[in-house]
Amino acid sequence: MSPADVAAPARAAEDARYAPRRGALGRLLRSELRLVLGRRRNVVLLVGLALVPVLLGLVLFLTRDTALAGQGPPFVTSVTSNGLFLVVASLFLCLPFLLPLTIGIASGDAVAGEAAAGTLRYLLVVPVGRTRLLLVKACAALAFAAAAVLAIAVVGLVAGAVLFGLGDLTLLSGDTIPLSAGVLRVAGVVAYVGLSMTGLVAVGLFFSTLTEVPVGAMAATVVVAVVSSVLGQLPQLEVIHPYLLTTHWFDFAEMLRIRPDGGVLAEGLAVQAAWVAVFGSLAWARFTTADVSS
Amino acid sequence: MTRTHEPPQPAAAEAVPGAPAAVATRGLTKRFATGQVAVDGLDLHVPRGAVFGFLGPNGSGKTTTIRMLLGLVRPTAGTVHLLGEPMPDAAARVLPRVGALVEGPAFHPYLSGRANLGRVDAADATTDPRTRARRVEEALERVGLRAAGDKRYRQYSLGMKQRLGLAAALLRPRDLLVLDEPTNGLDPQGTREVRHLVRELADGGATVLVSSHLLAEIEQVCTHVGIMGRGRLLLQGPRAELTARRGVHAVVRTTPAHVEAGLAELRRLGLPDARADARAPGPADEPTLVAGLPDDAPPPQEVAAALVRAGVDLVAFDVRRPSLEEVFVELTGEGFDVAR
Repeated sequence: MSPADVAAPARAAEDARYAPRRGALGRLLRSELRLVLGRRRNVVLLVGLALVPVLLGLVLFLTRDTALAGQGPPFVTSVTSNGLFLVVASLFLCLPFLLPLTIGIASGDAVAGEAAAGTLRYLLVVPVGRTRLLLVKACAALAFAAAAVLAIAVVGLVAGAVLFGLGDLTLLSGDTIPLSAGVLRVAGVVAYVGLSMTGLVAVGLFFSTLTEVPVGAMAATVVVAVVSSVLGQLPQLEVIHPYLLTTHWFDFAEMLRIRPDGGVLAEGLAVQAAWVAVFGSLAWARFTTADVSS
Repeated sequence: MTRTHEPPQPAAAEAVPGAPAAVATRGLTKRFATGQVAVDGLDLHVPRGAVFGFLGPNGSGKTTTIRMLLGLVRPTAGTVHLLGEPMPDAAARVLPRVGALVEGPAFHPYLSGRANLGRVDAADATTDPRTRARRVEEALERVGLRAAGDKRYRQYSLGMKQRLGLAAALLRPRDLLVLDEPTNGLDPQGTREVRHLVRELADGGATVLVSSHLLAEIEQVCTHVGIMGRGRLLLQGPRAELTARRGVHAVVRTTPAHVEAGLAELRRLGLPDARADARAPGPADEPTLVAGLPDDAPPPQEVAAALVRAGVDLVAFDVRRPSLEEVFVELTGEGFDVAR
């Protein structure tokens, strides 16, 4: 190979023309968020989740003076006395299946969707570094998970306020705290549920790097959540229960005790962090070495 | 089988003298997990400023090679240098200078063409976001998609999709363009436009590597050619040389009475494969004789003179240089459009 005898100034100008510019990561992230949050399918999913508190609120509102009133799972029975509980009850109902399903769809689609469309190869030759692309995909999937939880929470709050009014919050122990403190507690519930979804996002992202078939990655992600909760019901497997993805999801109730046990909440979040670390690393190892032949 | 060889590099082909090759691979090999060897020991050399026709039937390893050039697929063995820098290590530095169309265009179906280009540009860390709108418009203009820029990609025809793919490769000035099958799905008019575009890019100083399984479509714009078959590079070099030195034929039209005498004279001149070509176009009373002209054969003018001296009726005499397709068929013994 002959030595390049390009003049030094020309080379400097060339280097500047092809040097990364400031704010590039932010621009890619904004573009990704617009893509994920603007996509019609994802908007429909969010609207679907937002309908849960509306429907639940309407059912409770219409039956409040009948013999059916006051029946149902925990939290649901408290909604008619305080609209704030509509947020908690809706999250409670969405946690076992609807939330994992929605989040599995978005995170399973993250890389596999681009691979299936063929746009992945064009992003990589732009070029976008693979680590950077995975990071952006993870951020967008997390943002969607946050949007999903917030859609339930915000609509639940509004619907609860309109249908039942907001008042001082009666905790699980029977103690009552003022509305302002109650709103903070419910915000804590929402935050905990949101953070509880991060492990599942990481699992979805990993599956998403394994395949060019987005539906496969989505289904596998949802299956992980379902299997985890099934295993969680078998007393014979008690020894592994603390490490399961779903075991601590309902510990958000800790927020509604007079003195929340920080240890319980921390354990739940630590398990999520472990799942994120393991599956995030697997996703990274896979994606940065895989041949892109889609 | 012909060996791959380092092509001679005439001065005219080096638009940027002294600059490293636009594409240089050494022993590039890809063996898939299935054991199939898609690409086998490729030594590809694309000089700067060349329009390099990367030719071969479907399934001959062109696309896998292109994926390795661009860092999408990891070679099992061998090295790749693009514009003098090693791939994939220098991808962040090199690829902004490379525009690519790989195995057909791919965009988000529910976004407009314009929004899709904006998305591609936003992903490029090295472009100026303030000039994005202008560059997107220019790229759309250049491929004739400006009017359809706001249509959703899913509503585009195959040809429009292909044009949008080209537009994405042209969002900024490039030193190297890698265009994999850019004429796929285009009508004859679109194919002409792509040829024109390739020529225009080359005139602007860019190197263009353009692959195709349809030889005739791009043969005319290439300065250099590489021919793949079954994962190997069968031949590469300046196009004129490839077609000049192999498979040159003398074509003789004579009268029916002189066929035997003509063939005898051609054989006597050292052209042992002289034969009557029954399929040749032309009137039945003017049969055609064909004879290969190997390197050690007498020059064509002497062949013609010898035929006349031997009293053979000479209705027409022609020297036919083969098309690339015929070179390919000669090299591989199979048709070009046969997928394996």
